[in-house]
Amino acid sequence: MAASNREDDTMAGAKNHDYHILPPDIVPFLGSMSALVMAFGAVSWMHPDSMPAHGGWIFLMGLAGVLYTMYSWWSKVIAEAHAGDHTPVVQLHLRYGMILFIASEVMFFVGWFWAFFDFSLFPSALAPIDGMFPSKGIEVMNAFELPLLNTLILLCSGTTVTWAHHSLIHGDRDGLKKGLWATIILGMLFSSIQAYEYAHAPFAFGGTPYSSGFYMATGFHGFHVLVGTIFLIVCQIRAYKGDFTPRQHFGFEAAAWYWHFVDVVWLFLFVAVYVWGGWGAPIHAG
Amino acid sequence: MTTVTATPDDFSGSHAHHDDHADHKPAFFARWFMSTNHKDIGTLYLIFAIIAGIIGGAISGLMRAELAQPGVQYLQGWASMMSGDQATLDQAYHLWNVLITAHGLIMVFFMVMPAMIGGFGNWFVPIMIGAPDMAFPRMNNISFWLLVPAFLLLLGSTFVPGGTGNGAGTGWTVYAPLSTSGSAGPAVDLAILSLHIAGASSILGAINFITTIFNMRAPGMTLHKMPLFVWSVLVTAFLLLLALPVLAAAITMLLTDRNFGTTFYDAAGGGDPELYQHLFWFFGHPEVYIMILPGFGIVSQIVSTFSRKPVFGYLGMAYAMVAIGAVGFVVWAHHMFTTGMSVNVKMYFTAATMVIAVPTGIKIFSWIATMWGGSMSFKTPMVWSLGFIFMFTVGGVTGVVLANGGVDDVMHDTYYVVAHFHYVLSLGAVFGLFAGFYYWFPKMSGKMYNEVLGQLHFWVFFIGVNVLFFPMHFLGLSGMPRRYPDYPEAFAYWNKIASHGYEIMVVGMGFFFVNLIWSLAAGKKAGDNPWGEGATTLEWTLSSPPPFHQFETVPTID
Repeated sequence: MAASNREDDTMAGAKNHDYHILPPDIVPFLGSMSALVMAFGAVSWMHPDSMPAHGGWIFLMGLAGVLYTMYSWWSKVIAEAHAGDHTPVVQLHLRYGMILFIASEVMFFVGWFWAFFDFSLFPSALAPIDGMFPSKGIEVMNAFELPLLNTLILLCSGTTVTWAHHSLIHGDRDGLKKGLWATIILGMLFSSIQAYEYAHAPFAFGGTPYSSGFYMATGFHGFHVLVGTIFLIVCQIRAYKGDFTPRQHFGFEAAAWYWHFVDVVWLFLFVAVYVWGGWGAPIHAG
Repeated sequence: MTTVTATPDDFSGSHAHHDDHADHKPAFFARWFMSTNHKDIGTLYLIFAIIAGIIGGAISGLMRAELAQPGVQYLQGWASMMSGDQATLDQAYHLWNVLITAHGLIMVFFMVMPAMIGGFGNWFVPIMIGAPDMAFPRMNNISFWLLVPAFLLLLGSTFVPGGTGNGAGTGWTVYAPLSTSGSAGPAVDLAILSLHIAGASSILGAINFITTIFNMRAPGMTLHKMPLFVWSVLVTAFLLLLALPVLAAAITMLLTDRNFGTTFYDAAGGGDPELYQHLFWFFGHPEVYIMILPGFGIVSQIVSTFSRKPVFGYLGMAYAMVAIGAVGFVVWAHHMFTTGMSVNVKMYFTAATMVIAVPTGIKIFSWIATMWGGSMSFKTPMVWSLGFIFMFTVGGVTGVVLANGGVDDVMHDTYYVVAHFHYVLSLGAVFGLFAGFYYWFPKMSGKMYNEVLGQLHFWVFFIGVNVLFFPMHFLGLSGMPRRYPDYPEAFAYWNKIASHGYEIMVVGMGFFFVNLIWSLAAGKKAGDNPWGEGATTLEWTLSSPPPFHQFETVPTID
């Protein structure tokens, strides 16, 4: 068996493939050092007695660095897309990358569901407090009021983002923008309702495994909704700037995939945490 | 198994006139701090792993010094040195916990993983599949650089309060409640965030490897022709991708239990300490395969090369790794046999664990069958690989013993377990690392290593680690518990021997460092393929070292 060149006569040393070879870039180093500052600041913030003062400010400085890294990094990705670096095979890379990232996110949520089911299915661990899940005295939210509304909002937003996608594919820029606006507004509405629910919740983060598990799972989901909304807003800005073609618009597709992922997680949260998890417990009035 | 018999001239990188584009390197800072080149990033990973390995290895030296005799010899003095005033015995014991924690975390997250996956994976996965670089060259760089803050956070944690004394003294498993109510102060929080960042680094790396391997194989390089090292990295990357996020969730709950009033793992608050163990080992068991699978891949390449035969049962070898990876996700609770689980659960996890011996056996016997009738030569990489097969089998056999839930009731947390996992890691993964290092050193550096020093390194190290770890089986069987700095007289003899084993091992490592420096400075120039016709993978068709960008024209495999 032998290996041979595809094109033997090509100029040696000249790039003769469709892959993306990048020039050196300081941004990854910058982002890593920002992560260090952020982590160090966070620990200082939590332990003012034995760590340097002003931990909160150190944390925010690190966070600013991380956010700048993200902005700078993805700006470059967009610029490279415009420069034509995203050949079909590089677009395929981006697809794989996004799918794999979402797979890892799914496993992240497996962790929260595992904790929640550990307590709900095996309440023997709860014996030291009262052996009940949710614990005695906890009034749960009525799954069929705001949470059901939120479910409908997210499901609806799944259709509006598809509306935007189909418009984009058929060259209907107006429909793209309208669909995105609808999705963004529904996403913000969801977050607002979630914030309202948190603000009026009858139980706090700490105290019982039910309440901690509830806030951890729904809280990380809420964070992902915010990230997804920002992602969609970036797509909307790009739509107004004239980005995306019917043939090449992976930035939009990635945002849509992410949005669907967030949507599906919510369905599991709604069924497992709101409906089933609070079953039989007294319902908070208000 | 791919066989490529092309001459180096078939590739643009090896043409005599490749001066301009392919070999144009950026200036120092841009090259090493802003790199988007898979080979340079691989080199950074290897340097990082060597530094971390020196620190982690020095820590085990402190531990063997203390354990050489019964009683507490040095710990109190060291603890006093670190805190500045006379340390109490409790603080000395805490320092012991800090040492075992640091040794474990450093060797796992900052030595073996960066060297295997980051170092050799980055260097050779793209080359072996005929690709010019990784799929995401810029993300590749942040995967490396995130390790630096992670390592600094872990090292920094040693100097801040962690409960009874300075530093995180939780063990590498960070079990609650020792890691929560048992470790006040910021040290454990720093260690937790260190793991978060190291985890993010590995997840990004995993995404990069999977995408690269699926999308960037040269024409003709089908999955079923891929070198086994590439297969091993592919399976490893999937394990990383799916296991690490669960660890992230687990340690995030540690963080909130410690700082924000939750009681996930606090029994007094209705929480479940065992939940942490489940989440940790759901990550932790795939993690041990993450450390060993790339070693399997390396050994497969080397055994084939130095037997001048293709690997016996190539497809079986590839799918054995897939099987090990898949089954590795459903055996985690064999680390928790003594937590009071029901007999039925124990039976399942015993049986499932034993199943893993089947694909592992396929690998061992296929390596032997590869050598059988081969034209063997015993160069340094080959002796390390043979050492790997021999010693990993010992660790595998004690693993089958420990897999029995009933037996583990007796063995759990004894030195038998310590012996077991050091045979698969210190004598398995680390032997794989050295095998790979000697195998690819000429390719990476362009210089030959010194064969005599390499052989000396192997033999002295081999004797050292066996003298160090084999007695631990006896200690464990006679009931010596792990993670204690002190022990009764009855365990003195074998502990003394084990500590001498460490000394022998250090001498062996001396040969390694001398070899490394000597070879880089004055080694003979390496040809494109120093190993002859047995070396059939694509890296041997390139110059040594390869051009800055190889395969500017993608090769075709047929």
